Amino acid sequence: MKFRRIVRPLFELSLAGVLAVVVLALLLWASGYPIERSLSALWSGAFGSWSIIASGTIVRATPLLFTGLAVAVAFRAGILNIGAEGQLLTGAVAATAVAMTVSPTIGQFGAVLALAGGVLAGGAWAGIAALLRLRFGVLEVISTIMLNVIALNLTGALVRGPLQEATHTFPQSAMLTSAFRLPRLIPGTRLHAGVALAVVCAIAMAWFLRATASGFRLRMTGANPRAAFSAGGIDVARVSVTAFIASGAIAGLGGAVEVTGVTYALYENLSPGYGYTAIAVALLARLNPSSAIGAALIFGALESGASAMQRDAQVPAGMVGVVEACVILVLLASEWVGARAGSVRSFLWGGPPRTAVQAEVADS
Amino acid sequence: MVIPSGTNRSVTARALRLSLSAIRRTYGAVTALDGASLKVAVGEVHALLGENGAGKTTLMKIAFGLDQPDEGAIAIDGEACTFRSPRDAMKRGIGMVQQHFALVDAMTVAENVALGAGGPFDLGRTVAVIEEISRASGLPLDPAARVRDLTVGAQQRLEIIKALARRSTTLILDEPTAVLSPGESAELLAWTRRFADGGGTVILIAHKLREVLSVADRITVMRRGRTVLTGLASEVTESSLADAMLGASSSQPESATAPRAAHSIENTPVISLTGVSVRDSMGVKRLHEATLTVSRGEILGVAAVEGAGHSELLRVMAGRLAPSDGTLVAPAEVGFVPEDRHRDAVVLEATLTENVALRGAKSRRGVIAWNAVRKTTASLMRTRDVRSDNADALMRTLSGGNQQKLVVGRELLGAPAALIVENPTRGLDIRATSEVHAALRAARDDGTAIVVYSSDLDEVLALADRIIVVAAGRVAAVAADRDSVGRAMLEAQ
Amino acid sequence: MTQALFADFLDASVRNATPLLLAALGETVAERSGVINVGLEGTIIAGCLAGLVAAGAVGPEAGLLASGLAGVLIAGIFAFVAIALAADQIITGTAITMLGLGLTGTLYRVVYGDAGAALTAPTLAPIGIPGLEQIPVVGHALFRQPLPTYLAALLVPTVWWWLYRTHSGLALRATGENPAAARASGIAPGPLQAIAVLFGGLCGGLAGGTLVLAQVGTFAEGMSSGRGFVAIAIVALGRWHPVGAAIAALFFGMASALQFVFQTLSLNVPYQLFLALPYLLTLLALVFASGRYRAPAALGARTSRSE
Repeated sequence: MKFRRIVRPLFELSLAGVLAVVVLALLLWASGYPIERSLSALWSGAFGSWSIIASGTIVRATPLLFTGLAVAVAFRAGILNIGAEGQLLTGAVAATAVAMTVSPTIGQFGAVLALAGGVLAGGAWAGIAALLRLRFGVLEVISTIMLNVIALNLTGALVRGPLQEATHTFPQSAMLTSAFRLPRLIPGTRLHAGVALAVVCAIAMAWFLRATASGFRLRMTGANPRAAFSAGGIDVARVSVTAFIASGAIAGLGGAVEVTGVTYALYENLSPGYGYTAIAVALLARLNPSSAIGAALIFGALESGASAMQRDAQVPAGMVGVVEACVILVLLASEWVGARAGSVRSFLWGGPPRTAVQAEVADS
Repeated sequence: MVIPSGTNRSVTARALRLSLSAIRRTYGAVTALDGASLKVAVGEVHALLGENGAGKTTLMKIAFGLDQPDEGAIAIDGEACTFRSPRDAMKRGIGMVQQHFALVDAMTVAENVALGAGGPFDLGRTVAVIEEISRASGLPLDPAARVRDLTVGAQQRLEIIKALARRSTTLILDEPTAVLSPGESAELLAWTRRFADGGGTVILIAHKLREVLSVADRITVMRRGRTVLTGLASEVTESSLADAMLGASSSQPESATAPRAAHSIENTPVISLTGVSVRDSMGVKRLHEATLTVSRGEILGVAAVEGAGHSELLRVMAGRLAPSDGTLVAPAEVGFVPEDRHRDAVVLEATLTENVALRGAKSRRGVIAWNAVRKTTASLMRTRDVRSDNADALMRTLSGGNQQKLVVGRELLGAPAALIVENPTRGLDIRATSEVHAALRAARDDGTAIVVYSSDLDEVLALADRIIVVAAGRVAAVAADRDSVGRAMLEAQ
Repeated sequence: MTQALFADFLDASVRNATPLLLAALGETVAERSGVINVGLEGTIIAGCLAGLVAAGAVGPEAGLLASGLAGVLIAGIFAFVAIALAADQIITGTAITMLGLGLTGTLYRVVYGDAGAALTAPTLAPIGIPGLEQIPVVGHALFRQPLPTYLAALLVPTVWWWLYRTHSGLALRATGENPAAARASGIAPGPLQAIAVLFGGLCGGLAGGTLVLAQVGTFAEGMSSGRGFVAIAIVALGRWHPVGAAIAALFFGMASALQFVFQTLSLNVPYQLFLALPYLLTLLALVFASGRYRAPAALGARTSRSE
């Protein structure tokens, strides 16, 4: 049982990695870019050296892991949280606000405070959508996307207004003082403490879902809310709302970590679509928090390699977005193939992933 | 040709309308039909009988084009046919009214009838056609009504009119009386007789012998995917039919041997309702001031037709629905076996252990001791004879009967003070059915207060110590015999 | 507010509303058949790029045609994965949006190089209806607009007629409410949903073409700016009815045009507020419309082969 629990996800993840490379090669060939040079640039940009792995791939994977976990836990509970993007941004905003208002004499505790701010803000942002869903039946697919755009514009207004740096020249905040910066795990690299925090979150969430009563209630609510209520007496509304807010909190933490660990400042384009890539990460991980680590690394590698690819082979970085989309589509298609192949499917993919939308539709 | 009415008609002179021969259909490892055959003549009412799971619905779905056989032949009026979809069957004049109606709730009667019909789109003309058919056939229906506002009986009439509007001359009715009161059932059956007398053909799928014998010309009995008996209705008896349906060496129907008055009912109330009313989401009262008591160590039977309000009553007693008015006194934890198992009782994608852990999930705290739950599940599987590989198998892999046995066992864990069950043996084979009945009786003997609702009146009569009827939202106690109960179910319909 | 300002405000409202209405009409049809296409954004941006390229090569009308075809193509991928392969609609749609955005961004650079300097496309000039365009206040707004606006206006009664006055429309609506019932009536839900989705793609593509050829005049990565999602909100607000969509789209057009009004009145409000306004209003409107609107009962359900 344990063997299957480790081997199967690893197998799936490796397959996805290979798939991504194949798709990329096809796209490069179709657009007339030099395949070998581009792919080797991609590889060296992702895994070229230990320092690149640490400062590039892993650092890039971290926000993807946070948002991937956020999406996974929400989907597991039957909540279609497409708002990780906005929740991450509000978390970043809150962390920056804390760093700008709290006195630096607080010492290293400042970073903790900033992270806490991010957690609360992300949770609150998701809470808006949760409330709309609970009280007014507003489909969270729509409301979270709306909130994403609102958060983006809020950030834009803030970095040109109250949070803007002192000279008022650039649309970004002032740099965070060292009290609010996360310590480096390995000196000389960009590997920051937030990375360890992300991994801890993943492991903790996996344990939570598997071993605790609350996690059990969450899983059952997502799998079949009516049976959860009727057979288990579970307060489905409460579990859903809590899961939704927790999801936002994790994404918010991810945003706070980005600001305090990587960028040291807030600006509008902090997130190049992390919240949407997170859906791919969560899907690739089959909504399992522990697999999300590997899935986030794959996408982190892709994005880290993408910049090198653009620099060395002039391949537009947007190509990676296409690759990610293709990976998702192929995974979705393979589910169909797997369903037809019967036993092969059970070996490869296990049961079908949560059809959160069905739960949603069943409730409306 | 003059066709005498009644069941003593000769069929030799009539042409064969529908002929299904040696039909075989498997779904993976399950063989639903194993060389089944059916021959129906023009102008006859043909009853297709068999226990749940015998293959009746599957065979008729094939006759209607909703499914395709793996082997076997279909012939209409002597011509060989293949039906790739219901459209092909409808072209040949075959119409089907399924157990679960295929109606669009949000649309009107006229729109539902117009759906899939040919010709230019003209709702006005459709309304006229509906009124004409309604008049000619004697099935009252309002073309402008919205389906979600119709009663179950009216929805069924709509399904029939839909088939008639498509010029169906052969109607397949799948368990049509399951959702009707005894009075409405009699009306429908009389109508099928008139329809056949007028030259139409009716295939009636049922498992209630007495009903169909009153109108059928010929009978075919199926068991385990095969045809085991076919002949004139006038030449069979209830017992020969029962033997055919259950197997020649079947034992006496269990109701005859179940000890009824062997125990004494203590008068300790476990659940008591006083003036309990329930309103639905639209504010309509579904249950009117119900007052009743369920005592320790008794089985209370509930008889009702669909939509009578018993569903709400059961859920109030089980603590799954809050009453709008009145007082409810019940134990903190009441076991509940709902009729839609897949929707309300189990999580198909979870393991058996997780499904057992659902019981009491609300009050679990901290870490779940999965090993202990697994042990409980395994012992439950042993005592209830649930066939599966192990406690970590997915619920989805179990057969319906095994799933139900597990659910009943789960709800009886820890000997709860009360248990409410709703259609506990629907879809189960005979063996599983008797195992569930035995479990219920044993729980009653141990002191559990049990409430049983079944749409199968015979099941209620067999299990219950005393009976109440729910009709139009009102509760009334009745004598435990067929006629009294049947009459009471009709009240205020 | 002066009469001239109000007239300009209406004119801007209608102009802004046009692409939203086009996309929303297509999505209304798709959702009525039971399919929610969050990949609508992808069809719009594809229409943007295709419109630019074809207009540069041939002319603006050809550009509009090409934009519609590009939308159909992208929607075709969505239809294949979400309907034929019965995958989850939300995840598929998200992937399609990512695909559309990434593909257009990449193709733009591949074809036009990194310069990306204001590549202009020949635009569609406003067409005035003689006589009507002289009506004070509303004349310009309603009767002096480029081709796509008239197209959108014509599409409203067309879609209405399709959905409510034809057999295919009835079958389509039934599929969105109860696919099993549709199937039992001899209707094949899959192909019908596919047609609905492709129509949605056509409209989305046209919306993108409108943005480039009748408004902005050029292409920029990501220029669809979430309009696909606003269109989905408009569908819900419009109660899944084409006329409702028209009213809601106009409402949104007005919200965007407010920015222009405020600027003219020299009111100093950060422009991000205007960018966010349509989305804020969507949330508010969904709250107030709650409870009374009914989505098609089977919206979002995975298509299945059997019952």
